[in-house]
Amino acid sequence: MIHLFLKRLGQAAFVCWSVGTLGFALMRLLPGDMAFRIAAGRYGYDQVNLAAAEAVRAELGLDRPAWRLYLEWLFDLLRLDLGDSLVSGLPVLGEILHLLGHTLLLAGAAMLIAILIAVPVGLFAAFRAEGWFDRAALVASAFLRAQPVFVIGLLLLLIFALELRLFPVAGFDGARYLVLPAIALALSMAAVSNRVVRHSAGAVIASAFFAFARVKGLSFAQAFVRHGLRNGALPVLAFLGIQLAGAIEGIVMIESLFSWPGLGHGLAHAVFNRDVPMIQGAAMTLGLIFVGLNLAVDLACHLVDPRGRSDE
Amino acid sequence: MRPFRHLCLLSLLACLGACGPNQDPEVLTLGGPFEFTSQDPARDGFVYTRLQVAESLLEVDDAGRLLPGLAQGWAVDDDGLTWHLRLREKVRFHDGLPLDADAVVRALEIARRKPGVLRSAPIVEIRAEDRLGVAIRLARPYNPLGALLAHYSTVILSPASYRDGSEVGWMQGTGPYRLEAFDPPHRIRVTRFDGYWGTPARIPQALYLTGHRAESRALQVMAGQTDIVYTLDPASLDLLRRQKDIRVHSDAIPRTIQIKLNAGHPFLAERDARLAMSLALDRQGIASHLVRVPGMEANQLIPPALADWHLDDLPPIRRDPERARRLLADLGWRPGPDGILQRAGQRFRLTLVTYADRPELAVVATAIQAQLREVGVAVAVGIVNSSGIPSAHHDGSLQLALVARNYGNVADPLSLLAADYGDGGNGDWGAMGWRNEELPALLRGLEAERDPARYRADARRIARILAEELPVIPVLFYTQQTAVAARVRDFGFDPYERNYRISRMSFASP
Repeated sequence: MIHLFLKRLGQAAFVCWSVGTLGFALMRLLPGDMAFRIAAGRYGYDQVNLAAAEAVRAELGLDRPAWRLYLEWLFDLLRLDLGDSLVSGLPVLGEILHLLGHTLLLAGAAMLIAILIAVPVGLFAAFRAEGWFDRAALVASAFLRAQPVFVIGLLLLLIFALELRLFPVAGFDGARYLVLPAIALALSMAAVSNRVVRHSAGAVIASAFFAFARVKGLSFAQAFVRHGLRNGALPVLAFLGIQLAGAIEGIVMIESLFSWPGLGHGLAHAVFNRDVPMIQGAAMTLGLIFVGLNLAVDLACHLVDPRGRSDE
Repeated sequence: MRPFRHLCLLSLLACLGACGPNQDPEVLTLGGPFEFTSQDPARDGFVYTRLQVAESLLEVDDAGRLLPGLAQGWAVDDDGLTWHLRLREKVRFHDGLPLDADAVVRALEIARRKPGVLRSAPIVEIRAEDRLGVAIRLARPYNPLGALLAHYSTVILSPASYRDGSEVGWMQGTGPYRLEAFDPPHRIRVTRFDGYWGTPARIPQALYLTGHRAESRALQVMAGQTDIVYTLDPASLDLLRRQKDIRVHSDAIPRTIQIKLNAGHPFLAERDARLAMSLALDRQGIASHLVRVPGMEANQLIPPALADWHLDDLPPIRRDPERARRLLADLGWRPGPDGILQRAGQRFRLTLVTYADRPELAVVATAIQAQLREVGVAVAVGIVNSSGIPSAHHDGSLQLALVARNYGNVADPLSLLAADYGDGGNGDWGAMGWRNEELPALLRGLEAERDPARYRADARRIARILAEELPVIPVLFYTQQTAVAARVRDFGFDPYERNYRISRMSFASP
């Protein structure tokens, strides 16, 4: 376990350095004057002028050499100081935590809904393998997976926001605003994970140990709960890790579509405003989420599978 | 399977519990494209004056005339060097503190230290004369000061609003609404202030939601999520006009869509080349079919709302591609094999940049591209951040830029025109590489001119020079398109975009 932790910690440090450095370099390679861009973000898109840009340049020291600014950033990073946003002037860490809270809320709600859809659908399809439900689930999964997540979001918008007027179109001002983006994301996630559950459960049902349990006299349900669930859960857990990482890409799109004030949306705006500390902070956080998810999946597999523990 | 059924049932109930009609009977919801990141008047003051949280010393009517605001009256000494303002009695900030001259002096001094319009004024001193009297002493007479005191960056906040000397911690203004919740950059909630000095607001709460994409904002109002949506894109207008429970308001505002150009560029240095480009534009077509507001074609830079600066006798500019071709031919341009004009081995090819903050600009830019192509001018269109335009102005790389210039940012456009055309004829958003000896002197003279007739005459002389010399090509006068839900009564639009006037609005009975 300690080895695992150390490995992931090393990965996290590498992610912080590489993503931050890449962000720093890319922002300086983009055409245009940073001081003007930041001034536009601060004072309004048609209020920016030379005086405002020069004030920004002097305040932020943007005329200093890039290597010096990079070293200062690196030193601050070692002290876990991500600096202040160039646009709002507020500490990046606070802004990231604010955005992260919204992103985690959306991701958590989507994950919960995805599990609530995928597990029962997958299990039922496995129990009635090759039956009409299994085939219908396969067709629905293929259809949903073939759609980009924003298409699913748009369809939900058209039906539930525009036609039925049950949910808001965009923004965030309470639980009602969470429903459509979370379901859009969840449908995309559940489209694949229900098939993973189905195949995993199907493999367990077809296994020799499951047949032996049945021969011993256990009912189907008893045999599945005692011997099937844990065995079937291992590939599902591993897949959930991959899927969560993929969901972060989906979250960026869904946040933009629904104007959800999360990390993806914040990152897009930081890029638009050339807010380098925010870009670095948001990108690093997304990178750390990847590492954290991998660690969480490793831990979950470790807890579920006793073979891994006995190996230590 | 039972636990799964329970979980499914619970989640279904949670969704049903979360859903409901989108309109709140107590809350007016507004949507617009404008983000805010702070409570600093210098940066985001427009949001707080629009939501009527903060107020300025002077106000402006729809014709641009100054009106009393927090100052109930004002007077200027005969030499024009000192302005005396008398504050209203019994005005309280949202934190309960009374408005007095000391609070005004402090707020204006802070505004002077930050980038903003007040910096352009030759202010020597701002001082309190007595409890409700404020004097502003100038280095030279400066007429636009009154308009600057009506600008959002000069709003008066309670001293308790500021932390660290000049940064606003929590805005305590004097308006009919007080700040309730602040979630940058997307959401501001304001609540009616019961201690307001004027007519109290009728709607208890208002919510402003930033919607970045014009299509999303249109969908928000169609879904009933927002009551009023500002700055619609042309493509959404027809759809919204067909909705039974939505009204679309089109209001002319003192903003002009214009082509800023580099008159120092060898292709654009001759006035006839600029005139030819102007004649190649089908303004009527753009107004009718793209922006969908016929009659907004611009024949000059300053819109009719700013009457002192607008030339009523100037004829409309009709599209005349034949004359445009002749003018270009007289300048030595000849069509090449592909129809693009050539002169001395150089093709007439330029880049036109614009920005996405105003949704119609990109569409208009592509129409201009097609229309200039018909007279042999090849134009490549690029979408940049708005800051790319003043930035390219200063590094000299700008060729053409399509911008929507707000001449009503300050009620009197003099300070803005001085910035755009005063410095030898050049400014970040105005002329580039163009010189006119008369214009800077006229602009300087107007700063001290106190006779209204002479002021108007010189203002119109400036307008005529700009219309004849075309350092910037006018395209369309701007129309603000606003979608308003049927339940909103007494909607009104401030052409200077200072105030959403929500305190005057009410909801229709269900």
